[in-house]
Amino acid sequence: MPGGGAVQRLPTGISGFDDIALGGLPAGRPTLVTGTTGSGKTLFAIEFLARGILRFGQAGVFVTAEETAGAIRRNAISLGFDIEKWEADGQWAFVDASADVGVDVETVGAYDFGALMARIEHAVRRSEARRVSFDSFGSIFSRFHDIGLIRHELVRIVAALKSLDVTFLLTSERLNEYDGLSRHSVEEFVLDNVIVLRNVLRDERRRRTVEIVKFRGLPHRTGEWLFTIDTREGFVVIPLGITGGLERAARTRVSTGNRELDRMVGGGLFRDAIVLLTGPTGVGKTLAALQFANAAMADGGRCLFCTFDETRGQLVRDAGSLGIDLDAMEAAGRLRVIADYPEAASVEDHFLRLRKAVADFAPTRVVIDTLSSLERVVSARSLIDFVIALTAVFREREITTLITTAPLGSAALGGSQGSPVEMARVTDVMIMLRYVERTGDIQRAIAVLQVRGSSQDHSIRQVTVDGSGMHIGDPLPRIAHVLSGSAALTEHPPWPAEQDSASSDSATGT
Amino acid sequence: MTDFSFRLYVAGRTARSQAAVSTLRFLCESRLPNRHAIEIIDVLERPDLAEQARILATPTVVRLEPLPQLRVIGDLSDHGRAAAVLGLPDREDMLFERSP
Repeated sequence: MPGGGAVQRLPTGISGFDDIALGGLPAGRPTLVTGTTGSGKTLFAIEFLARGILRFGQAGVFVTAEETAGAIRRNAISLGFDIEKWEADGQWAFVDASADVGVDVETVGAYDFGALMARIEHAVRRSEARRVSFDSFGSIFSRFHDIGLIRHELVRIVAALKSLDVTFLLTSERLNEYDGLSRHSVEEFVLDNVIVLRNVLRDERRRRTVEIVKFRGLPHRTGEWLFTIDTREGFVVIPLGITGGLERAARTRVSTGNRELDRMVGGGLFRDAIVLLTGPTGVGKTLAALQFANAAMADGGRCLFCTFDETRGQLVRDAGSLGIDLDAMEAAGRLRVIADYPEAASVEDHFLRLRKAVADFAPTRVVIDTLSSLERVVSARSLIDFVIALTAVFREREITTLITTAPLGSAALGGSQGSPVEMARVTDVMIMLRYVERTGDIQRAIAVLQVRGSSQDHSIRQVTVDGSGMHIGDPLPRIAHVLSGSAALTEHPPWPAEQDSASSDSATGT
Repeated sequence: MTDFSFRLYVAGRTARSQAAVSTLRFLCESRLPNRHAIEIIDVLERPDLAEQARILATPTVVRLEPLPQLRVIGDLSDHGRAAAVLGLPDREDMLFERSP
């Protein structure tokens, strides 16, 4: 029986949701899910039962008051949930409380919802259900007009549901995204646990979020979390900003694909390292990335190469000029190329696609070339959240990751001064490629700004590129403002030591 | 001959249930003597029948005959209105029908 004692959690099984709920919904209790029309309430209610069946073998009862059972079955099949089969197996039972259009209904005198409660109890007992979704709890009352009675019945129904010892999800419609309460403005007061789904158009982009407003007595993550409705995975909460608890650190090292660079970072990269390579267009980021990918051939690994800048054909041609045969690598199962236009999907969908590719392909290395292209579709803040979420996926699997990007803090990343600092926080190794002007020539230089867990080479070295790739040469003397992207000769090179000054790009050298 | 047939769904033996049962019986006996049938279903005992008929509120009277079917929810405390919405003949009609 619920009531006294510690409240247990019931994992929903909905992707990412249990992370923000810190384990799941309060078990044996009702939770209200409110949102405007089209915010995803019904899908959430369907998935709550479907995941219970698929992942935990828990039967469920679906009380539908808005749509007919037939409509719910049809919607669910498009997500791969075969409700009819589950009904036949006794794992899913409907209580159809949708409006019966064929019959006139009049009201004379007082009534209660005793019949509905009896039907729900009957369905729960017969299927031994652990979960009940009631969609929508609010709409059933909109068909009845006595507000005083509705409030009284709400309290009574919630009490009756609690005594059934099942975990309940009740949905209710809100009229506004940010103001006000549910339609009958009582649901929130009656229920201890409230989740709000939002569906907002901002900057011409649809933004769906889920927020746990209250979870009486239980801790949960606060604020709005992005989610997406994926045709394959269904309701997916994007765990942006959740870095995952485990902080194991790999001890084994792998090559960057460039021997000189390996030396500069202290003898290769730790296997779970996240490397950020910054540099302006044309300086050789993709080239370095291809060498990094090619190293998978040497160490027996697999590389997932994700480019937002080039077509697959362009990438194959670039690699070919270095003597790297991407087609052969792919045929050998050592490489997978994802070439996507940034605009092809929202950042949440890019995240899902990458996460799925990582799960399917199980790479040992990942390249993202170039991150800054995603700026066109997303704010600086969301881009950092995207990187944090991705790196959590990569770290967990000890995937060596190379992320290339245009110089941070300039026009890139929204010009925000805060972004590069935060970016440095989530990456382990920061490498910079820059153009330098020297004795009338444009040359290239490389510097390693940060290596977590190792001592790095602090010098700025000359870089040359030829048919066999990138070569790192001797330290360049007396160069200032390389970090600012406009290097020129000076007598006293003020080499910035801090990440913050590294990112404050004011182009003072010209 | 029964040309009026009702099914009354109640939840347990509460005062509200009893009120609905006795009011429906009273109305039928006074206005439809020997012309009606009433079936009472306690949804706590037969939730499957409530499910079949998709009953939400209790008490609910379903008029099965004559067609069209119709439903009245509530304890029927307003006798005049209850009789009207259930389509029961009023007393004048009855007097008229009984006159030779």
